[in-house]
Amino acid sequence: MYLVGILLAAAAFWMANSGHYKPLMLGFAAVSVVLTLILSLRFKIVDREGSPYARLLGFLAYVPWLAWEVLKANWVVIRACLRADLDISPALVKVRTTCKSDLAKVTFANSITLTPGTVTVEIQGDKMLVHGLYEANTVPESFISMDARCARAADPRGAAS
Amino acid sequence: MPEAANMMTLDWNTVRTAFGGALCLLGALLCIVGTIGVLRFPDIYTRLHAASVTDTSGAGFVLLGMALMAPDWIVLVKIVCILIFLMLTSATSSHVLANAALTAGLQPKIGPMRKGQPDGEVSP
Amino acid sequence: MMMAALIALIVSMCLLLIRALMGPTLYDRVLAVNSFGTKTVLLIGLMGFVMGRPDFLDIAILYTLINFTSTIAVLKFFRYRSFQVPLARRGEPRAVAPIAGGEPNA
Repeated sequence: MYLVGILLAAAAFWMANSGHYKPLMLGFAAVSVVLTLILSLRFKIVDREGSPYARLLGFLAYVPWLAWEVLKANWVVIRACLRADLDISPALVKVRTTCKSDLAKVTFANSITLTPGTVTVEIQGDKMLVHGLYEANTVPESFISMDARCARAADPRGAAS
Repeated sequence: MPEAANMMTLDWNTVRTAFGGALCLLGALLCIVGTIGVLRFPDIYTRLHAASVTDTSGAGFVLLGMALMAPDWIVLVKIVCILIFLMLTSATSSHVLANAALTAGLQPKIGPMRKGQPDGEVSP
Repeated sequence: MMMAALIALIVSMCLLLIRALMGPTLYDRVLAVNSFGTKTVLLIGLMGFVMGRPDFLDIAILYTLINFTSTIAVLKFFRYRSFQVPLARRGEPRAVAPIAGGEPNA
């Protein structure tokens, strides 16, 4: 089941990147896809995280919101970079997340890191250590909406994963 | 009306080339801004923030500009692939860098700092 | 326009080299090299568009992945002083770093 997901993904990636559809080239494609499958079996990465298609719609709804947040945060950091007086106040805060699954936690931590001005430094259980460029922007309350959206996008809904 | 359609496509091509070039230039300028931040900020954790400006908005705008100028759909798909990989990997490597620096015992500088004045007020 | 973007990218890469050369700690240098790699990806792509051969984007994709892998590999080596240590997997305890600076206190 998961193997089929990886096979489809690899075949689609080859098709999208090659643009040559002659029989010889398609033969090479089949060989390389099978080789990729053998390698991923050897690495033991064929599991639920290897082909996460069940949550694709949730992620697609989450990405535009994240992009807008990243743009807003970018403006703050760009202004901080170009100020004549280096007016920053770095802070280190602990953020507690409500995400349950590993995928949701990783999504949340990566979203925090992707937003300029905040970097996730350490994850232990459901607590994260976040370093921020401005003390005023890096309070635990400012991550609540991102946390809720990550949990909605990536946590399995009632499914016993 | 083949002529009208021709006009329309020509117009769209001109517009998208101009917009794409402008977006590429904007992204490259943002890269310079991020680099200036990397040079100016005091310690490794704050430099990470400046580098992530380069990685997100700089690369994003340059790739968006290239996507607008893409001649066919294969190029577009490749640019989207680069964008997805870049976003995933830059976030992960920033986190790994910060984690490694903290594990090695580098303490971040905390608290308001301002060049020149010893006790500056923090602007929001 | 594209030439201007190319020149701006090259200028910012030169500025990054300053940080990579005089970075006080190892991690500053790794950060500079990682950022340099990102800019190299953009430079390869833009170069392909300027020369009218967007096939360069294949190389750019490859460079993205290699850049990420090399950053992780360098950091893993300087943390564990070996490539033979397995990274943490689900359910297993995290490998303890021999040069760890103790628990993060903050």
